[in-house]
Amino acid sequence: MSILLIAEHDNSNLKVFTLNAITAASKIDNEVHVLVAGSKCENVAKEVAAISLVKKVLYSDSESYENFLAENLTPLIVKLSESHSHIIASANTFGKNLMPRVAALLDVSQISDVIKINSSDEFLRPIYAGNAFVNVKSNDKKKCITIRPTSFDPAPASGGSAQIKKVEAVEAPTISKFIKREETKSERPELGTARIVISGGRGMQSGDNFKLINSIADKLNAAVGASRAAVDAGYIGNDHQVGQTGKVVVPDLYIAVGISGAIQHLAGMKESKVIVAINKDGEAPIFSIADYGLEADLFEALPQFLDELNKLNTIQK
Amino acid sequence: MKILVAVKRVIDYNVQIRVKEDGSGVNTDNVKMSTNPPDDNAIEEAVKLKESGKAKEIVVVTVGEEKAQETVRKALAVGADRGIHVKSDSYIEPLGVAKILKKIVEKEKPDLVFLGKQAIDDDCNQTGQMLAALLSWPQGTFASKIEHKNKVIEVTREVDEGLETIEINLPAIITCDLRLNEPRFASLPNIMKAKKKPIEQLNAKDLGVDILNRIQQLKVEEPPKRKGGIKVASVAELVSKLKNEAKVI
Repeated sequence: MSILLIAEHDNSNLKVFTLNAITAASKIDNEVHVLVAGSKCENVAKEVAAISLVKKVLYSDSESYENFLAENLTPLIVKLSESHSHIIASANTFGKNLMPRVAALLDVSQISDVIKINSSDEFLRPIYAGNAFVNVKSNDKKKCITIRPTSFDPAPASGGSAQIKKVEAVEAPTISKFIKREETKSERPELGTARIVISGGRGMQSGDNFKLINSIADKLNAAVGASRAAVDAGYIGNDHQVGQTGKVVVPDLYIAVGISGAIQHLAGMKESKVIVAINKDGEAPIFSIADYGLEADLFEALPQFLDELNKLNTIQK
Repeated sequence: MKILVAVKRVIDYNVQIRVKEDGSGVNTDNVKMSTNPPDDNAIEEAVKLKESGKAKEIVVVTVGEEKAQETVRKALAVGADRGIHVKSDSYIEPLGVAKILKKIVEKEKPDLVFLGKQAIDDDCNQTGQMLAALLSWPQGTFASKIEHKNKVIEVTREVDEGLETIEINLPAIITCDLRLNEPRFASLPNIMKAKKKPIEQLNAKDLGVDILNRIQQLKVEEPPKRKGGIKVASVAELVSKLKNEAKVI
């Protein structure tokens, strides 16, 4: 039994959530093999080889893998999967796009968004936006699994010296073409891994008002999140969305501002260690899960919040 | 151009679901059911393509129990031309649904298949990608914008880092994000008209595909409950609690 884990990277660096998936994979079997497929991505292969839990790196370099199109990566993964019992990726947009394509060709029923490994064939996963958990047992010979990264700790990035094995690229169909990627550049920590997240909802009333959130985020070195309502209203980009169909975050501190607490939003943040809610509607459902609730007009509370933070001698970073 | 739209009937997104005491699943008796929200975006996008003259026919398909027909009927009321209801009284996993949809695609020969990006009940996010794989078609997943250009379609995808644009050849699979469009409501006259539109009924087990579930649901359980905390009276108190009690700032 061995595991084929699909690394997510940008051809220069490994995406951090791959480390969380590696931890999850190692709970199934020690023999964790990581596929690094991309273009001119040898540095990523070396980075992965240094991860102590990784036993082997499969490195495949081809222009057709440059933009990680699922159509192009799938034939390679399907071929490599012959000698592995489990195929694993992170349950972010990379893994969600890719893994079902692989699973279908292997005639395997995929297990999505696993939050706990019970054994090599039994897993726990959330359904209904995390309002229920289901224990499942896969009867497929091979398992195709996506891992919810925030449910597992990242594997230590050093201490290993795995063998790097070059793998020939497999011919890809020419049915899809990458055009462009528009990434939001930010000086702030990444939403998925930030220690503190402050999110705004429909109550923010405009995109411009997010500057109130931003100034507190800067003070706390926090990432900025948003509810679906705020994203739909165009206040802020989709990459900030926290919730069932957005990102799942588990920070030490989550501050929800002007967010009522729809089921879909709670699904993305309710595992946070400490939750603060600031909302002028005292009946808002967000208060039922908040450790500290402040019933107040956010346009008064946020500037005060910043003032109070400025008064503190030290702030944890 | 012909478009196939696949829809699913799920527990309404506003309903607070209840886990059955015996752990066998989630209570669906006397619970409001609706079309899976992103599936409404899938229908809307197809109808828009028809209105702009780019699509000639929209066929809507669902897999599910008798009442799943309501979901097809609703799609007919907002502009789909005819429906296909593949009957199944029990849950079929995304892989099985993808195999059923492949059969329908082979029969209907659409140029485009639209699906919602994820069903809000099992949260699998698989069916569209699996269908694309089984057909060897390209996939434009989590689409928030599409632009039809002759033999290709440009899809803007919502990805973790922001947006990604790809160009895929037709025929293609597109899974729709909630921000792709604003689904319309059916007007009463159109609801009446939809009652006359044809819905073909098929049985899942007659289609000659392997729909046996591979995953056993051992137990459905409530997630650990989060205890509500306290209300603070002022911002100063809040900051003090965060600093001294929770020790997170």
